Amino acid sequence: MANHTITFTVNGALERVDVPANLTLLQMLRDKLALTGTKNGCEAGECGACTVLVDGEPTNSCMMLAVEADGREIMTVEGLAPEGQLSPIQQAFVDHNAVQCGFCTPGMLVSTYGLLRRNPNPTEEEIKEALVGNLCRCTGYVRIIQAVQAAATQFAGTEGGA
Amino acid sequence: MAEFTTEPVGKSVTRIDMYDKVTGSATFADDIQFGPGLYYGRLVRCPHAHALIRKIDATRALELPGVKAVVTGADVPKNIGLYLIDRPIFARERVRYVGEPVAGVVAISEEIAHEAAQLVEVEYEEVPAVFDPVEAAQEDAPLLHPDLGEYEVANFIFPKPGTNISEHFKLRRGDVQPAWDRCAAIVEGTFRLPQIQHVPIEPHVAVSLWEPSGQVTLWTCSQSPFAQRDLVAQSLDIPHGSFRVVSPYVGGGFGGKAGISMEVCAVVMARAVKGHPVKLRMTREEEFIGTTVRQSLVAHTKIGCDSEGNLLAMETQYYFGGGAYNDYGVNIARAAGYSCTGPYLIPNVKGDSYCVYTNQPIGSAMRGFGMPEIHWGIEQIMDQLAEKIDMDPADFRRRNCVKSDETILTGMKMPPIDLVSCIDKATKAIDWGKREAPSAPHKKRGKGIAIMWKAPAMPPNPGSAAIVRFNEDATVNVSIGAQDLGQGAFTVLAQMAAQALGVPYEWVRVSVPVDTKYSPYEWQTVASRITWSTGNAVKAAAEDAKRQILEIVAGHWGEDPKDLDIKDGTVFSYRTEEEISLKGMVIYGLPNENFEGWTGGPIVGQGRFMPTYVTNLDFETGQGTRAVVHYTVGAQAIDLEVDTETGEITVLRIASVYDVGKAINPDLIMTQIEGGAVHGMSSAFEGLRFDSEGHPMNPNLVDYRISTAADIPLEIHGDYVETPLEDGPWGARGVGEHVMVPTAPAMANAIHDAVGIRFNDLPLSAERVFQALQEKRES
Repeated sequence: MANHTITFTVNGALERVDVPANLTLLQMLRDKLALTGTKNGCEAGECGACTVLVDGEPTNSCMMLAVEADGREIMTVEGLAPEGQLSPIQQAFVDHNAVQCGFCTPGMLVSTYGLLRRNPNPTEEEIKEALVGNLCRCTGYVRIIQAVQAAATQFAGTEGGA
Repeated sequence: MAEFTTEPVGKSVTRIDMYDKVTGSATFADDIQFGPGLYYGRLVRCPHAHALIRKIDATRALELPGVKAVVTGADVPKNIGLYLIDRPIFARERVRYVGEPVAGVVAISEEIAHEAAQLVEVEYEEVPAVFDPVEAAQEDAPLLHPDLGEYEVANFIFPKPGTNISEHFKLRRGDVQPAWDRCAAIVEGTFRLPQIQHVPIEPHVAVSLWEPSGQVTLWTCSQSPFAQRDLVAQSLDIPHGSFRVVSPYVGGGFGGKAGISMEVCAVVMARAVKGHPVKLRMTREEEFIGTTVRQSLVAHTKIGCDSEGNLLAMETQYYFGGGAYNDYGVNIARAAGYSCTGPYLIPNVKGDSYCVYTNQPIGSAMRGFGMPEIHWGIEQIMDQLAEKIDMDPADFRRRNCVKSDETILTGMKMPPIDLVSCIDKATKAIDWGKREAPSAPHKKRGKGIAIMWKAPAMPPNPGSAAIVRFNEDATVNVSIGAQDLGQGAFTVLAQMAAQALGVPYEWVRVSVPVDTKYSPYEWQTVASRITWSTGNAVKAAAEDAKRQILEIVAGHWGEDPKDLDIKDGTVFSYRTEEEISLKGMVIYGLPNENFEGWTGGPIVGQGRFMPTYVTNLDFETGQGTRAVVHYTVGAQAIDLEVDTETGEITVLRIASVYDVGKAINPDLIMTQIEGGAVHGMSSAFEGLRFDSEGHPMNPNLVDYRISTAADIPLEIHGDYVETPLEDGPWGARGVGEHVMVPTAPAMANAIHDAVGIRFNDLPLSAERVFQALQEKRES
């Protein structure tokens, strides 16, 4: 399998990586860059645990080839709190006890970030719609939806900052 | 939240694992880095439901560059199993379900392993298969395990060699025959539930390293690191001390990561390539068919009451479709047997609970352990009885539900609980008794209730141990072998340690990952037993540490330890009001008078807990002094709407109330209640489907749907009652599984209230509801 050299940014940092043509973006993030916060739950685009932002759009990274990331901007859960200080979205998840096992959490946080960037004041229905591709088996989604509502209030007050 | 939480028991402190989990830094099994020496494993799975293996030829697979080894059943002569040792690690001679592993390929990449797995050639001779548990229980059914009589088995499990019955539990109390004559109402029904899957968002992952020295390590997402150590050590003849199981955070378990499934395959594969770790990761499809599933059930149940609404008699047969092998299966049938009445006092009971082999995926533990299955029928019959004698279904349950100190079906005295208060609170929360208007003319609104009980189902003597170690700055490391699957165990155990020691919650760390080499023993994180059992061990360890500290300080001050206590990390004397900080002294001790020597040293407390009072039950009657450690009870009431044009069900309100003994962390209970209600609701629409030859038809998340954010009830009202458990830490008992047990039958009762239709079989679907509405209109 021929390798390709691709250049892209992840969480603001410029990266250059050699990847085989069939490597998925998920595999590249986890195996080449050790960004293991992005989770592998189904490799079929069905569970949302691998959600990352590609040029601001929530994307199942298991369904995208790494080579397609060439020249794009990627954001993963690690990019939400680069300095270790929790972002308003993360803080809202903490405050609302919106985490149990934590395996879907990175995807939920990233999908939320994507939602609030394009719609800082979502209705409850819009939140549910935005998260419908992110499966959670533990929480029953109740606290997650509450956390997104609370984060939206906070988010509007910051300058687009996560 | 305050910076320091003193006396944290009873307070909703922030989860101890929260920061790790919202930053993506929490390490799960798949995240551990093993470097370039890592190999990858792939299982070769059989395509037939029941067949004899004629030949396995791995020549072509081994010729593929990058393939390092192929293992088969010939490499592992011993079986593995929890209560009944019936399962070959790789099939030998016979395969018993579609997806059973017949070989394991090890290669330098996942891709090569995948390719090589397709090159392993296996010749099969198909034999007749059986899928329905009632059919499988008949004498002339195709036999899955001709050697059933030769398997090793726990002394409380009773298989019937020569049949497919791996367990038969009999409950006999009173005399049902004459009691039927005294009944004013009798309801009888057959209820069917399909196999369903746990669907943790994290699929199973196992990595194993077999070092040339004979030291073996297994890294895996596990509810049962110690049980897995024990089972694998026995099966592969590894000394327990040389076998280490490391389990980081678990991405959801629900019973599916308890016991043992594919983990042992990774160990066998690692043995073939000593010195190289081997990683085996389940695809989502394998997660559905190749780990474990909740067993199917066919229940024939008949219950009767007198005209006053007093329950008089019950006769029931439960046929659990156990799948091809038993992990927990036999003990689920046993638990369903000794709890077969549900939470009711019935004087005359004849119950028979069977676990039956079927040519399907391995049936095992899932949240509720047999209780969601049996309550599905029981709770619908209770509603029908109430209707027949014209009594409110909630009142009917108040009258008949089990109460403290009553002698229950096994002859055991019921430990303190308050189920009536749970019913009161749950019904009140949804305005029970008030007819409410639907949101549209084509919709019908209804309310329903279901109650439940569940005991931790386990051997009589499962133990827990804990170690509490102080650091120089008086922070504390709590080591336990219990696991946090998301339920919040680490948080609750840290709260208990802090409370018992007299230090703030924020000073406590829980040592992760769980590692059998360093963590103290824990039987398993199952049965909703951790808050209670490990909680008791942690409390004992903290009290041990505290006793050591108070003795040192008392010696230093020349006082009696009885006059001292610890608060906010400071030791003080009630008598002299003298004070001393824990900082430093918990490691270095304290100087004697005039610095003539020192007293004390590093503080390490240890504690353990094991119930010692559970007795055997009589084989013929199921009677005994103490069948189980205790029961947790609860009630759910549901308010819903049925769309008569589409059959769609919209749950408006779920109210869930449980008797938790003592709420150690109230908000964690609420999050269990919310998650459990949605899990229970989702489970009513779930079912694995198979074609006529036993091939799974929906092993993926598109065709097997679980609830999404868009499906949840509009309102979930959680609450609890606190009737202290005699031997619970601060009175606490578990609630993690119970929260999903009554949801499906409460929905069924509410659907009946709305549209007058009963559904005896799961799964429900909008189509089925719509069809039933059509049939009702036509008739």
